[in-house]
Amino acid sequence: MSQNTPNDIVEKLTPKDFATDQDVRWCPGCGDYSILKQVQTIMPEIGVPKEDIVFISGIGCSSRFPYYMNTYGMHSIHGRAPAIASGLKAVNPDLSVWVITGDGDALSIGGNHLIHMLRRNFDLNVLLFNNEIYGLTKGQYSPTSPEGSISKSTPMGSVDHPFNPLALCMGAEGTFIARTLDRDPKHLRDVLSEAHLHKGTSMVEIYQNCNVFNDGAFFPFTEKATKPDNVIFLEQGEPLVFGKEGNLGIKLDGFKPTVVNLDEGFSKEDLWKHDKSDKIKASILTQLFDDPKTEGALPRPFGVFYAEERFNYEDVFNKQIQEALASKGEGDLDALLAGHSTWEIK
Amino acid sequence: MTKSTETKREVVILFAGDSGDGIQLTGGQFSETTGLYGNDISTFPNFPAEIRAPKGTLAGVSGFQLKFGSVEIFTPGDKYDVLVAMNAAALKVNLENLKTGGLIIANTDGFDKKNLNLAKYADGENPLEDHSLDKYIVHKIDVTKITRNALKGSGLGIKEIDRSKNMFVLGYIYWMYNRKLDNTIAFINQKFKNNEQLREANINVLKTGYHFGDTSEAFTSRYQVEPAPMPKGIYRNIKGNEATAIGLIAGAKKAGLNLFYGSYPITPASDILHFLSKYKNFKVKTFQAEDEIAAICSAIGASYGGTLGVTASSGPGIALKGEAIGLATILELPLVICNVQRGGPSTGLPTKTEQADLFQAVYGRNGEAPVPVLAASSPSDCFEVAFEACRIALEHMTPVFVLSDGYIANGAEPWRFPKSEALTEIHPKWVNDNSKNEEGKYLPYKRDEKLVREWAIPGMKGFEHRIGGLEKEHETGNVSYDPANHEFMINLRAEKVKKMAEFLPEQQIAIGESQGDVLVLGWGSTFGAIQTAVRELRKEGHSVSHAHLRYVFPFPKNLKQLLSRFKKVVIPEMNKGQLLQMIRSEFLIDAKGVQKVKGLPFTVDEIKNAVLGENTLEAVQ
Repeated sequence: MSQNTPNDIVEKLTPKDFATDQDVRWCPGCGDYSILKQVQTIMPEIGVPKEDIVFISGIGCSSRFPYYMNTYGMHSIHGRAPAIASGLKAVNPDLSVWVITGDGDALSIGGNHLIHMLRRNFDLNVLLFNNEIYGLTKGQYSPTSPEGSISKSTPMGSVDHPFNPLALCMGAEGTFIARTLDRDPKHLRDVLSEAHLHKGTSMVEIYQNCNVFNDGAFFPFTEKATKPDNVIFLEQGEPLVFGKEGNLGIKLDGFKPTVVNLDEGFSKEDLWKHDKSDKIKASILTQLFDDPKTEGALPRPFGVFYAEERFNYEDVFNKQIQEALASKGEGDLDALLAGHSTWEIK
Repeated sequence: MTKSTETKREVVILFAGDSGDGIQLTGGQFSETTGLYGNDISTFPNFPAEIRAPKGTLAGVSGFQLKFGSVEIFTPGDKYDVLVAMNAAALKVNLENLKTGGLIIANTDGFDKKNLNLAKYADGENPLEDHSLDKYIVHKIDVTKITRNALKGSGLGIKEIDRSKNMFVLGYIYWMYNRKLDNTIAFINQKFKNNEQLREANINVLKTGYHFGDTSEAFTSRYQVEPAPMPKGIYRNIKGNEATAIGLIAGAKKAGLNLFYGSYPITPASDILHFLSKYKNFKVKTFQAEDEIAAICSAIGASYGGTLGVTASSGPGIALKGEAIGLATILELPLVICNVQRGGPSTGLPTKTEQADLFQAVYGRNGEAPVPVLAASSPSDCFEVAFEACRIALEHMTPVFVLSDGYIANGAEPWRFPKSEALTEIHPKWVNDNSKNEEGKYLPYKRDEKLVREWAIPGMKGFEHRIGGLEKEHETGNVSYDPANHEFMINLRAEKVKKMAEFLPEQQIAIGESQGDVLVLGWGSTFGAIQTAVRELRKEGHSVSHAHLRYVFPFPKNLKQLLSRFKKVVIPEMNKGQLLQMIRSEFLIDAKGVQKVKGLPFTVDEIKNAVLGENTLEAVQ
């Protein structure tokens, strides 16, 4: 129920207008600060009135996020933000809804809701803060922690094989699959803006450094010295090029991605050109998931892997209401109370 | 040959057969026709958990019990006058509760060697042949054969023909009780409107059953059950789950809101989803969620968005929703949670009835999380209670529990339904122009004299605010870890629910004086059995009254005083004494419990005997 009429002038807001009077309580140096800042920065740019924006989170460090956004917001219960957001979006499709979640919240306790939200394709945005650790409970391994992770609950190393979150989301029929980094503010802003524009569930995995319990988990992808060799930034229509010298590229041999050197007889024409509408190629991209420390590891992609237009649950959901109203007329409560056969006692 | 007609005040019939025999439909049709005729009626479908349990077995027996009469009827009856047994298993399972001298209508084809074996009769034993049924009247009819003959040349296959056997039985019972076929013929015409062959076949068999009564030499008695002296007005038949659905729709409409129903299929609550999903032109939005947790969370999201959020389930599903109910409690958002109770614990007895989730509703959350609990006492009362729950949820900004159970959810009775204009208007607590403080700030947890906060929803400009499951500071709603504030808020939320009793109706006596020897205090679906038992005891000269709680938490404000006027308080429940414990601990009185946890409702005799057996009543001289 938007209270705004089309004639309302949308006031010019600044990022500051989206900050609340509450003290931000993340640990100093946490990657969450950067994400909060970038979200507050793009908010005035997306052109949605503040009152039509809602942030919904579950439980975990990242899930404190709504308290710091001067919009509507709900800090809910562990793993359930997608379900709450689904109900909200179903009854009010006009809202801009942002789900804030973490690797434990989305992929462990709330895994079921995440996959069902994706297949239903509600038009909302999911920011999955992945730090590969449980921070709020002080340092247990998470469903994205690498095999053998030493943590408070796994002194001899974790036995679990981790999720590949974006491959999971592709498998759940997600229509917008993207990855970005807390330490690359511009890239983060660009991906967030594109996520907002996508009409459907926009899944944005954000590599986020937990400097207290898992410091440096993503340094190979974020630090100057290692980033160029480990990261490929995906640009629509552009060849997959990476490396300090910009001379390395990815070529597809059938379905198998291989690294080639542009100085050794290959040209950009030989390379895989990114097409985010190609579901099969996007699936292969999600499989570029090697541990950067292993020999011959393929670089990890960042950007929008996949984007597809598919109907939103809430649109058809509400269309059915309109169709029922059109074909049957607005329900008559007295007729409903009376049912199909009555009798009178005189 | 002349057929004699005997007048009866009340009759109990049990239709029993394989779960694939169309027993529920037969019972449903007879109930409807009987209601239309003006009898009072109460029904009780009783079916196995398996959709199609192995044919002919004891486990596969489905039953539909109904009592109708020319007097007020409150229960489907303890013992049957008539047992319709479509096969040997149906007879074996149900014979125990047939009155001596009662009538058995047996489909002889269901008593062949194979069926007798499946029903675990000893080799060579056949109850229809061996005089073991001599204390009953037995009408043996080869329903299968007659049906096949009637449909010879219809072009239908044997399987389809046999499926219309139930129509023969229905026609025959209509003849026996002098009922017209019109209502069922109209039903068949509608059901098979796109299949002329089936339509004509079913009508043909229905009529065959009716004429069989007329022409058969063997059976000479027909019965007349005159209309009951019910209050003037317009009636319909209603089942509990449908009444709940209509109550929710009416509640939302009277509040000027859309209804959102988030649910996950579960027996015996699923019918509420089925009913609601048909009423989209009432702006009812039904969402079949991925699980019970998502069902309630989507409803919370919908309520947060300014729609009336509702979820329903049965015990196991409610257990999964517990954390989210706590969230709605601390958020103070409107939400209606219906629990159509079934036998527990765990999966328990999914298709049987029980009242063992009362503690779950009242106490089943972490932390101090008080939620008002209402209980429906009969199929039609589900409407009243669902409507009232919507009102309380919206006017008091709180989740509200509605307790029903399998017995009244599937049972039916005549309902003198209200006019929509007679229903109370519901006034949600919206924010308004005066909702902000001097600094122009909206305080989401500022309260009125009822301790109710105001409701601002996304889209409302200038009321942006954050809510959450963390303890909140009084009025501002900001996160607060302050020890004194926490205790203050715990007390405030408890007080808010307790205070509700000031605005709720006082407890009435359902029948009897407002003081005396014994008060039988009940809640939920035991109403019919208690009411009948108390009426009978009173006729026998005992000083007994009956009071029935709709508001189980908080208790009505006059309950203590009401209880104190009786020497003894007896509390029958289909659990191990949950209301009993609540009453004893709240009022420190020596109430006595009567307990039955068999997955079946109380019989009238069980309650009578328990009340008498408590030595609470002086023998009548």
